[in-house]
Amino acid sequence: MFAKVALLVLRKDVVIEAKSFEMFSTTLFFAVSCVLVFAFALVRDGTIVADAAAGILWIAIAFAGTLALGRTFERERYAETLRALLLAPAPRAAIYVGKLLGIVLLLAVAEAALVPLVTLLFSAPLFARPLLLAGLLLAGTVGFAAVGTLFAAMLVRSRTRDVMLPILLYPITVPVIIAGVRGTAALLEASPDEPVARMWIALLAAFDVVFITLALWTFEPLMTE
Amino acid sequence: MSAAFDRVHLDDVSRHFGRRRAVSHVTFSARSGDIVGLLGPNGAGKSTLISMIATLAKPTSGDIRYGDRRASEWGPALRSRIGLLAHELHLYPELSARQNLTFFANLYGLNAAAAVEAALDRAGLTERAADPVMDFSRGMRQRLALERALLHGPKLVLMDEPFTGLDDAAAGMVSQRLRRLAADGCIVLMATHDLDLADGLVTRVALVRGGKLLSDERADPGLRARYRALVDRS
Repeated sequence: MFAKVALLVLRKDVVIEAKSFEMFSTTLFFAVSCVLVFAFALVRDGTIVADAAAGILWIAIAFAGTLALGRTFERERYAETLRALLLAPAPRAAIYVGKLLGIVLLLAVAEAALVPLVTLLFSAPLFARPLLLAGLLLAGTVGFAAVGTLFAAMLVRSRTRDVMLPILLYPITVPVIIAGVRGTAALLEASPDEPVARMWIALLAAFDVVFITLALWTFEPLMTE
Repeated sequence: MSAAFDRVHLDDVSRHFGRRRAVSHVTFSARSGDIVGLLGPNGAGKSTLISMIATLAKPTSGDIRYGDRRASEWGPALRSRIGLLAHELHLYPELSARQNLTFFANLYGLNAAAAVEAALDRAGLTERAADPVMDFSRGMRQRLALERALLHGPKLVLMDEPFTGLDDAAAGMVSQRLRRLAADGCIVLMATHDLDLADGLVTRVALVRGGKLLSDERADPGLRARYRALVDRS
């Protein structure tokens, strides 16, 4: 029942997104704009600040992710459909998982566009170790979205949610951004440092386990008014 | 373990939001077959009471029992026995009527195809089933929302202003529907300001004001006069 409800929520979000393209277009547009602005600022005569590509990739993911997180629960707030979801005879944490999967899927699609763009604009060999990069992106995205989905749900009834979400989200997800940047930078070295990248992936995986467990544990009491 | 209940009982229930008392020491019961009209002016605490009975809000103090058990003893199974039509309609505007009902039918583990077509028919929306809900009038959305709330055959039916946006014919159909539900053994609890429609429909009246239950009595004809007398007196 848990998995079924989570997948139903995910599928519903995908169907709505396929009709409106609202979150996808804003998230992708914002992320691509972010990368382009940094490319114009930091690339001069083909010379690039060391590790800039790694930092810009993760900044774009974090900023675009924040935008998507705000929208995903705004959709449930509009006609109070979140209350209808909470009334379903299923563990309420399944709604959290469904929403989390939707955000991860959306960010994964955005990352599929961002990685080639960063590779091109910053001459960064991001595809040198594709599996390790995919591991970093997946673990980092899940960690960022796990914390963000919980906070976005908590703030759904708050009038200051747009201001509060980044204020709450960024301090807690700083380890994710740092791990993502350092792990990606390790892969961009002339001789990619695989052990360091693996270490950061392991750290991100540990972060994911801790915060997903915490979110599953706290979602129901936080959602009951 | 019985999966049904024949009454819902609130025992000295209060709900505070900071220093504001939305509901204060309410003790109240509703039984199978009752259509209880929850009446009171704006801000009386009707919606908060409905939210608490629907398990969406926790009482600050007091106890709510469904049959002989509390919500925590029922677990998620209790929610399959509750149908809520709130003031906001709990429908996704981008999705069609059929997609909305199918989503909620699946969420409740129903045989979606049969349940959805029957619900669309009852709502009179079969021909508009593929249209997005955002294109519907308020009355059409209200009819669809009512069917969404009743899709899973709830035992406890909670309605917050069920007649909003309905024309006379649709309001009459909703009244008939509520009578049938009560006759089938449901507990119907309805918050409304439409005293003319409530008159003759509700079997009991609970009047709340300032978060307090002022009266809980059998509904007799002349509801509006009785309501005015109670509200003016308090």
